[in-house]
Amino acid sequence: MESFLSYIPLDIALIAENFDRFLYGVWTTLNLTVLALVFGGLLAIPMAIARASRHPVLNPLIWSYTYVLRGTPLLVQTYLIYYGLGQFEAVRQSWLWDPILSSAWWCALIAFTLNTAAYTTELLRGAIVDTPKGEVEAAIATGHSYPSRMRRIILPSAFRRAIPAYSNEVIFMLHGSVVASTITLQDILGVGRWLNGRYYLAYEGFITAALLYFLIVFAITRVFRWIERRYLRHLARRETGTAAEMTPDPTR
Amino acid sequence: MDLILEYRSQLVAGTVMTIQLALISLVIALVFGLLGAWAKLSASRLAQRLAGAYTTIVRGVPDLVLILLVFFGGQVTVNTLGAAMGLWDYVEISKFVAGAATIGVIFGAYFTETFRGAITAIPRGQIEAGISCGMPRQLIFRHIIWPQMVRYALPGFTNNWLVQLKTTALVSVIGLQDLVYNAFTAGRSTNELFTFMAAAFVIYLVLTGISDLALRALDRRYSRGVVRT
Repeated sequence: MESFLSYIPLDIALIAENFDRFLYGVWTTLNLTVLALVFGGLLAIPMAIARASRHPVLNPLIWSYTYVLRGTPLLVQTYLIYYGLGQFEAVRQSWLWDPILSSAWWCALIAFTLNTAAYTTELLRGAIVDTPKGEVEAAIATGHSYPSRMRRIILPSAFRRAIPAYSNEVIFMLHGSVVASTITLQDILGVGRWLNGRYYLAYEGFITAALLYFLIVFAITRVFRWIERRYLRHLARRETGTAAEMTPDPTR
Repeated sequence: MDLILEYRSQLVAGTVMTIQLALISLVIALVFGLLGAWAKLSASRLAQRLAGAYTTIVRGVPDLVLILLVFFGGQVTVNTLGAAMGLWDYVEISKFVAGAATIGVIFGAYFTETFRGAITAIPRGQIEAGISCGMPRQLIFRHIIWPQMVRYALPGFTNNWLVQLKTTALVSVIGLQDLVYNAFTAGRSTNELFTFMAAAFVIYLVLTGISDLALRALDRRYSRGVVRT
C-alpha cells in the first residue's frame, strides 16, 4: 500500500489530514445549494403560474426578472449583492446590515435563491404551458374551477414533467455554488483553495474538490433517476428519452 | 455615472477581453463538440467510451474547479515536464490561454450532446437513401447531414453559447482582466463597487440580449419551410 501510494504524485496524507475541513466544505456547499433550491423553488411556483396564465401585469414583470437574471453571470449577481450593497450608507445603517447583508453566507444564499428562482420559473412555466390539452379540458368538463384545476390537475402533472429539466437545474446550481468560494466562504472549492494556498500546492486541493463535486453530482443523478422512474412511469412508454439530456434545456 | 465615464476605457477593454475569450473558447468548444459527437456515434467502442467519460467528467465537476486546476496545476505540470526533459526553461501559462482552453473543452462536452442529438434527429431513411444512390460518405455528410444538423442544433447552440458567455466571468478569479475584473478593480479604487458591478451587469445583459436576438433571427432563417408543431 505504501509503495503504491508513493507512485501517486499527490500528497494523500495531507488531504487525509485535512479531510474534516473538506467535509465541512461539503456541508457548506450542500447547505447553500439546498436552501437556495428550496427558497428559489417556492418563489418560482407562483411566478410560473402567473407567467403561464399570462397575467397582464405580473407576466411582463416576471418575464423581465427572469430575463435579466438569466442573462447575467451568477458571479456578477453575487458580487453586486455582497460587494455592491455596502456602497450605500443607507444600507449600512439599516437593521438588515448587521445580521444579513454584511455576511457572505447570507449574500450568497440571496444571490443563489434569486438566480435559481429565475431558471426554475421558466422551466416550470414551460411544463405548465405544455400540459396536454385533453387533461385541461377534462378538468373543465368535470366542473373544476381555475384554482382547483391548477392545484389538482395541472400542477401535479407539470411538476412531474418538469423533473428531467429540474435535475439539470439542480446540477447547475451545485456547479454555480462555487461562486461562494470567491466571496470568502469555505465551501468545497473554498477549502481546496485554502489548502493549496496554505501549503503552496497546485493539485491536491483542487483535485479533492473536483472528486467531491463529482461524487455529489453522481448521487444527484442517481436520486433523480429513481425519482423519474417512480413519477414518470406513466410517460415511460410514450417516450424513451425521459432521462435528463445534457443541456438542450430550453430554459438555459 | 460620471465615474463610469471616467473609467470607460477600462470597462471597454474588459468587455473586449470577455468577447474575445468567449469567441475563442467557442471555436475550441465547437471542434471538441464535433469530435465528441463523432466519437459517440462511431462504431468504435473505445471512441464511445472516451467520449462518454469526457462528457461525464465535465458534467460532474464545476467550471471554476477545472479552470483553477488547469491554470495552477497546468503551470506546475508544464514546468516539471520541461525540467525533466530539459527542453524548456520556466514558462508561464497565460491566463487567457488557460481560461479559453478550459472553457472551450468544458463546453465542448455540452456541444457534443447538442450535435449528437441533432445528428440522430435526422431520419435514418434519408442517409440510407443517400447510400443507396451511391453517394460517398463525405457527400452524404455535406448534402444531407450538415444542413439539417445546423437547423436541429441551433436551439441547443443558442443555449450553450449564452451559458458559455456568462461562464467567462469566472476567469476573473485567476486574474484575467475581463469585464468583471476591470469593473471590480475600478469599483475598489473609487469605493463605488455597486456602480461598477451594475455597469458590468448591464453590459453582460446587452451581450446576451444581442446574442439571443441574432441567433433567433438565424433560427428563423434556417427553419424556413419547416412546419413547427
